[in-house]
Amino acid sequence: MTTRRLPGAGAELNRDEPFTFCWNGAPVAGFSGDTVVSALLAGGHDVISRSMKYHRPRGVLTADYWDPNCMVQIGSEPNVRGAHRLAAPAMDVRAQNVWPSLRHDVKAANALVGRFLTAGFYYKTFMQPRALWPAYEHVLATFAPGGSVDLDAEPPRCDIRFAHPDVLVAGGGPAGMAAALAASRAGADVLLVDHGHRLGGHLRWGSGDDRARAAQLAAAVRAAGVEVLTDATVLGRYDGSWVGINQRTAPGVWERLVKARAKCLVVAPGLIERPYVFAGNDHVGVMLSGAVRRLLNMYGVVPGERAVVFSANPDGAAAACDLRSAGVEVTVVDASTGVRLERVEGSRRRAQAAVLSDGRRLDADLVVTAIGWTAPTTLTNMAGDRPVYDEASARFFPDRLPPDVLVAGGLAGDGSVDELVAHAHATGAMAARRGLTVRAQLRRATPRADPTVTSVPPDADEPVPLGRDPHPALFMAGSHGIVDYSEDVSSKDIVDAAAEGFDSVELVKRFTTSTMGPSQGKLETVNTVAVLAQELGTTIGRLGTTVWRPPYAPVSLGALAGRNDIPRRVSALQDWHDKHGAVPLHAGNWLRPDHYGDPAAEAANVRNAVGVIDVTPLGKLDLCGPDVADLLELVYVNRWRKLAVGAVRYGVMCTEDGIVMDDGVTARLADQRYLMTTTSSGAAAVWEWLERWLQQERPQWDVRVTPVTPAYTSINVAGPRSRELVAGLVDDIDVSPDGFPYMQVRTGTVAGVGDCVLLRIGFTGELSYELHVPAGFGLHVWEALLATGAALGIRPFGVEAQRILRLEKGHFIVGQDTDGLTRAASAGLGGLVKLDKADMVGRPELGWAAARTDLPMLVSILTDDPSVVPVEAAQIVEPGTNAIRGRITSSRMSPTLGRSVCLGQVDAALAHPGCALTIRLPGGAQVGARVHDQPAFVDPEGVRLRG
Amino acid sequence: MLLVVCPHCGPRDAGDFHYLGATSPRPDPATVTEQAWRTYLHLRANVGGWQHETWYCRACRQHVVLERNTLTNEFRDPPVDPLGGVR
Repeated sequence: MTTRRLPGAGAELNRDEPFTFCWNGAPVAGFSGDTVVSALLAGGHDVISRSMKYHRPRGVLTADYWDPNCMVQIGSEPNVRGAHRLAAPAMDVRAQNVWPSLRHDVKAANALVGRFLTAGFYYKTFMQPRALWPAYEHVLATFAPGGSVDLDAEPPRCDIRFAHPDVLVAGGGPAGMAAALAASRAGADVLLVDHGHRLGGHLRWGSGDDRARAAQLAAAVRAAGVEVLTDATVLGRYDGSWVGINQRTAPGVWERLVKARAKCLVVAPGLIERPYVFAGNDHVGVMLSGAVRRLLNMYGVVPGERAVVFSANPDGAAAACDLRSAGVEVTVVDASTGVRLERVEGSRRRAQAAVLSDGRRLDADLVVTAIGWTAPTTLTNMAGDRPVYDEASARFFPDRLPPDVLVAGGLAGDGSVDELVAHAHATGAMAARRGLTVRAQLRRATPRADPTVTSVPPDADEPVPLGRDPHPALFMAGSHGIVDYSEDVSSKDIVDAAAEGFDSVELVKRFTTSTMGPSQGKLETVNTVAVLAQELGTTIGRLGTTVWRPPYAPVSLGALAGRNDIPRRVSALQDWHDKHGAVPLHAGNWLRPDHYGDPAAEAANVRNAVGVIDVTPLGKLDLCGPDVADLLELVYVNRWRKLAVGAVRYGVMCTEDGIVMDDGVTARLADQRYLMTTTSSGAAAVWEWLERWLQQERPQWDVRVTPVTPAYTSINVAGPRSRELVAGLVDDIDVSPDGFPYMQVRTGTVAGVGDCVLLRIGFTGELSYELHVPAGFGLHVWEALLATGAALGIRPFGVEAQRILRLEKGHFIVGQDTDGLTRAASAGLGGLVKLDKADMVGRPELGWAAARTDLPMLVSILTDDPSVVPVEAAQIVEPGTNAIRGRITSSRMSPTLGRSVCLGQVDAALAHPGCALTIRLPGGAQVGARVHDQPAFVDPEGVRLRG
Repeated sequence: MLLVVCPHCGPRDAGDFHYLGATSPRPDPATVTEQAWRTYLHLRANVGGWQHETWYCRACRQHVVLERNTLTNEFRDPPVDPLGGVR
């Protein structure tokens, strides 16, 4: 294949660095600076993809990021913008959405049934019968466009950066560069972001003078200290001038999300050339003038041999001129003569001729259109503006912008490069003033901020508004053609949608999926509006455009997620757990040992001998001050005033609507010092909750709340031999049954470590001691317990064994057995609630609930068949009707009893001992069960616990 | 993302805060009717304009009452004194 590379041309190329890469397995030559698609075209590969629905051969249309049919697979990365991504040596590039090959694609048969694949086809065809949807889905999935995901590929590394520029300029063309320069010279910190690989905007594909101008501006921008991000897209603008930027080329990472708090935003994205709608407008070889100029001037690629240029503006003329210089035979059709492009005829490989409205048929393998522009008003739209259509210049303009959003360049108006630069310069200076004013305001709002006051430049003149060049309104020629190249939507589809009664752009968009493909409307929106307006007999201005929403360009989920390594909280014992075969459990941010291999045996060992469990994530709050008892009376439903020093009490917290929020024990360590424990998951919320009541409702109280959760390593020593074990490690605490009874707290020395707190409480139902050890000595105490306990048959146990043990005792877990609707009475806590207190959180609701008899209840449940363990969340149903009467909230096989045990919430009518229940398992099988006559299954009298 | 002005820490991302909604004065629990209590719990005026609302700042661990315009997301300067202000 002969090369189409012009000798010496191609400003982006470094001809000293040639290389080859693979296209569908065959080698293709390229130079450093080439995009994948420019190299493919240079090598004569015109067909890049097959279209989504009809599988028509497609090639280059725009030769930039938005080129709708230039998506390729590169290695394991699908959906790469081939006309944007730079080619690299040995890249493995493949066509997407083709089978078996790009040249012979069997799905091209879709084109033959094209009249059945009209707008709404999927909605109408695959609606009924509903039962068949899984089958439909399976078939449709094979027709879905896009590349293939390699699930075995290493996930790419992404990260997130925060930026705080005074001025953020979106767009690095001449206007964006001038605005950034002026803002920087006025003293602002400026971040300049451009979509392309280099600054310059449309000057990059212009004349030699244009490129020299771009280079000069870019050098000045960098010299001024402006931070420049290239190959980066401003995704959206949100409240508080929060701007998201997807940086595709960042050192060390695959993609980076930059979250910028821009104090002033200058929007200068330039204009996007709009395709023309006519029959055959998707033939390979039909291109926009910008595509031709990019290929010729940036990459030195001659895109055809004989061209017809349909031109309505100077860019068409410039493209024709560039083509002639490259030796291409060019016929220019000037739109101002009134002659229209009727259609383009072609083969499966390429365009062959342009047919004009005056009857001429011009042979051409390249048909170029230059019929106008779409203003990407995306970012201004996100700032609350609704763009207004200007008939005379045939494009939308921003209307009313907030003071911290300014526009420059083609979005603001028309002019020569000098005029655009002058306007942008004034805009940049104004942006600096506004940005620095905001910076000064923010600084003033920051207590104890650096006293150096930010200087704000003096008032500058408002930029003189740019003019607007008249432009003919050219959207659709006399024949139907493709409107959305990504989604394969034709103007006929839009006309059909209008005929079905869809009279708003937003509805037509959703019905036809026009503008909903990867180009996200950059090329399609205005043509969609224009076709619909014509069909409805109205104007574009009256119909308006769709609302542009973020992201401006598709962004990978990896970039949004940032780093994969989520911070984990671990106790001081985690290394020990890892070394001893612990299977990890992710509980919120905590990493905990779920078990060490055999949870049932671990649980049995606690019942028979002694076990130790790391319960460090247990929330711990140190409460100090004269009013702690008042605080406890307020936030817990039970009574606290008479809690003696050295005593421990169980408490339940409810929210103001009477719902169970958290539970735990609080120990009185000294006259004005208490240690509160919370659930592991509720630690942060309870801390905030206490602060809320102290700060907002009882500011007169003197209580200091200090979170000490990670300051202690917390170890529960449980089992009939736990007293022997603890006795062997303490010397200043009397652990005899009378010296340290149940529900008491002691402080002292454990294994030589002072300042330990010991609570005699028992979640597992066994004699047990909860040890809170200063975290730095946690491992020492843990190892001492294991060494001393070796003779007693000690064994560590994990969260799973603890769950079994507590379930055998019928103890509930907040959030597991209760939910966002569970009142204290429903959780069996009615007796705990002391309604004679003057006030407590949720007191009115707790009072009203106490009078009710219709609340669901948490009950202990035994299945009739002891070997069945109903899954958690299995429904309790009315036999026959299957009406839901409750659900299983916890279930396990009990190693102590050798049978299954459950907790469940049931309707009030079923909540009496012995009541027969029907449990419906997933899959529909039903098993019988009975409400147990006690909350606890094991040791209901609590003899073991109190021993 | 909103920029919330904490009177102690200065302007920070809303992600540093827990939003507790428009302030709703707590009725006297001894005398309150069911309707008044549930209004306190659940009903908010949902104003379009300036409203007092509570934010919990995770940096300084203070609950602050701020006045925000729900239409423009401006915060009124200076913020209301969290202890002596609107309740």
